[in-house]
Amino acid sequence: MEYISLFVKSIFIDNMIFAYFLGMCSYLAVSKSVKTATGLGIAVIFVLLVTLPINYLLNEHVLKPGALAWAGLPDVDLSFLSFIIFIAVVAAITQIVEMVVEKFAPTLYSQLGIFLPLIAVNCAILGGSLFMQERDFVNLGEATVYALGSGIGWFLAIVTLAAIREKMEYSNVPAALKGLGITFITVGLMAISFMTFMGIQL
Amino acid sequence: MKDINFKEVLLKPIFKGNPVTVLVLGICSSLAVTVQMKGALVMALSVTIVTGLSSFVVSIIRNTIPNRIRIIVQLVVVALMVILVDQILKAYSYSISKSLSVYVGLIITNCIVMGRIEAYALGNKPIPSLLDGLANGAGYGLILIALAFIREILGSGTLFGFRIIPQCFYDAGYMDNGLIILPPMALILLGIIVWIQRSIQKDLQEK
Repeated sequence: MEYISLFVKSIFIDNMIFAYFLGMCSYLAVSKSVKTATGLGIAVIFVLLVTLPINYLLNEHVLKPGALAWAGLPDVDLSFLSFIIFIAVVAAITQIVEMVVEKFAPTLYSQLGIFLPLIAVNCAILGGSLFMQERDFVNLGEATVYALGSGIGWFLAIVTLAAIREKMEYSNVPAALKGLGITFITVGLMAISFMTFMGIQL
Repeated sequence: MKDINFKEVLLKPIFKGNPVTVLVLGICSSLAVTVQMKGALVMALSVTIVTGLSSFVVSIIRNTIPNRIRIIVQLVVVALMVILVDQILKAYSYSISKSLSVYVGLIITNCIVMGRIEAYALGNKPIPSLLDGLANGAGYGLILIALAFIREILGSGTLFGFRIIPQCFYDAGYMDNGLIILPPMALILLGIIVWIQRSIQKDLQEK
């Protein structure tokens, strides 16, 4: 039951984009058409789902204060290394995922290919790992569900924004507001609509 | 190598080529930490220091980095700088470091840092790279502080925690705008800042 509530919560209430603004750069840059937005969204879900559990295990068994007890070093606290370890894992995993996908699923690669390297520097991925560390999930299952939920939340956000921007091509926006300005305001309005989920207690 | 116009390197990113409003880099953190001036100021300083120093370091070793793995090398350099900043913050102002939560760590993936390294530091000497990094950090900080200024005055009636709007206003029925400290308003305010800037600089407008 907690899994379902965590899942729904991470999609709607703690949405990566609308509540924490994570992954904004690629969110704004790649949301010009629904097709590419879908590609990037799926790639983000995928990479989050792979990296977050790995980082969770690293955090539990290597980085946390006292986590190295199994190696006979109960006093060691490596938590100051977490940034560099997490980003190294993310960068390495995106490289590996890119190579594996290229080898075994060429059609998927041709759709996702250009987005995979972009993801290494997407704040949503690193942000997911840092939030995981801050929230102290009790087991691997929770961390995985959280990864899936926030990935889907990000996916939903980018696809809806892309759809709105496609329609907006036909509207008459003031010249100085065209492009970036109106996109910010649209995202702001979308975030307000997502705030309706905030009062929900699960 | 041709002479580098230091004045332009320093001044361009502040307004004309501002990393946030013109190049659309580093939006993530610029919105989340602008509820209060204090957080915004600390964040602006941290990003300026990290951008400057990592551009400097990458520029020193730029000729020895193999092209294929340069992203990972850059990330490691940036991550080192961010760890330094984070440890210093934790040591000297723990409450601010808590309130910025994950966003200090996210400076690593802040596109401004990577963007300036890719676009400038890889092809230029260390000193101009350092200045370019610092100036871009400052341009980012300027937007951050402008946003935080508006949000803190309208949202809580204070600046740096000191009361600005006098008590008699509240007695007369004035109320703080609760909406403005919520995340969506940061986006809308940034949209308006972009609007103002592009109305002044017509050449930035998109067709």
